[in-house]
Amino acid sequence: MEHNTMNLTLKVWRQKNANDRGNFETYQVSDISSEMSFLEMFDVLNERLIREGKDPIAFDHDCREGICGMCSMYIDGKPHGPWTQNTTCQLHMRAFKDGDTIVVEPWRAKAFPVVKDLVVDRTSFDRIIQAGGYISVNTGNAVDANALPVEKEKADAAFAAAACIGCGACVAACKNSSALLFVSAKVAHLALLPQGDPERKTRVVNMVAQMDKEGFGSCTATGACEATCPKGITIENIARLNKEYMVASLTSK
Amino acid sequence: MTLKQIFTSAVGRKLTMGLSGIFLILFLIVHVGLNACIWANDGGEMFNRAAHFMGATVVMRILEVGLFVFIFIHIIQGLMLEVSNRSKRGTAYAVSYGNRGSKWYSRSMGLLGTIILLFLVIHWIDFWIPSRFTGVEDVTLSDGKTVHNLYALMQNRFEVTWIVVVYILGCISLAYHLAHGFQSAFRSLGVYNKKYNVMLTNFGYAFAIIVSLAFIMMPVSMYFHWLS
Repeated sequence: MEHNTMNLTLKVWRQKNANDRGNFETYQVSDISSEMSFLEMFDVLNERLIREGKDPIAFDHDCREGICGMCSMYIDGKPHGPWTQNTTCQLHMRAFKDGDTIVVEPWRAKAFPVVKDLVVDRTSFDRIIQAGGYISVNTGNAVDANALPVEKEKADAAFAAAACIGCGACVAACKNSSALLFVSAKVAHLALLPQGDPERKTRVVNMVAQMDKEGFGSCTATGACEATCPKGITIENIARLNKEYMVASLTSK
Repeated sequence: MTLKQIFTSAVGRKLTMGLSGIFLILFLIVHVGLNACIWANDGGEMFNRAAHFMGATVVMRILEVGLFVFIFIHIIQGLMLEVSNRSKRGTAYAVSYGNRGSKWYSRSMGLLGTIILLFLVIHWIDFWIPSRFTGVEDVTLSDGKTVHNLYALMQNRFEVTWIVVVYILGCISLAYHLAHGFQSAFRSLGVYNKKYNVMLTNFGYAFAIIVSLAFIMMPVSMYFHWLS
């Protein structure tokens, strides 16, 4: 692939803290390599801001390998930028052209309040997991791997659902700020496996209740979440959650 | 799990929307089929007979009450859902995701539903209220039976250009509302099989187009006097 450098204009959301109103700041960045990642481009800009004695732009990141779910920028109107099934850290500057203007915003949802600049508080996801996104297992020796037979197709579907990294792009993309793709991935993952069966009904009811409490919206099946998900989680999981919820609500006390 | 949760939880709301939506879809099949009798080209005799049947028995009256219950559940729940969903974002995005991730009509169900509701109010004033309460002039059928002449009422209403235009706009909104609503209703009820979802989506498109087009052709064929 041909390597080139580019000059870009960045319009970045700056907000001092949760109470600040916030506004867009425009930055010019030059000599950006097409092989840099989007976050490396921000590192270059931040080093310059630090040299100039200014406050660097706060943004979330951790593994920079596309597997941890920490990076969270809303780039030119799409979570994680223009590429499909891709995280911001794995977005490379060759996705852009010399002279482009790129608008970068934080995830927008009342359930994800801005902490600073592009960093949002996603602990609401942690509380949803705490409400039921787990299985209870007695401690002791590990059970033999073959003791619980799992149908191959179900194992594959559970694995595909488990690929969710909990980044929150689905919430950011959804017009209703609904977290249902995330919640459904977790519910489907465990409902498909025998280990998840004992807590199957309480899990879905409690996780949905916590999701509502956190202030996420309802799903209206527009498909925007699926289109933006870096891990390719499908909205079939949401339909599966709906079924799980209906069965649980009709058959539990 | 309480009854309240079924109506107020994010998933329960969708269940009630889906169930009431499917009931309304079933009603549309009856409505469009019955109204298609105007094309029998017999001066409205078959249509008037069918329309009379729809109000003649106690079973139909009970179904009519049920229909209104489902219509109002769908409207009230839909409006509440729209208001609630719109309040979840907080600060709006500067650049919208727009049509890159979803279709415009899937994001506009609240707007399309509101247009359909406004159309329905006009529709009720035009036909339902006269036939139930304020009275419609009678006509004697070939077998001597006297029934409401709803066919003449249709001919009369669909002489007016603005009413025909409103009906066409209402039916176009219905087409887009159904194009998303049909498949979404089944997803809300938990159909997660990918093959069935593709089938339901395509069937939903066909249903939306055929039903809405048939409804549109009714005022149009009367306005242009295509019927004898």
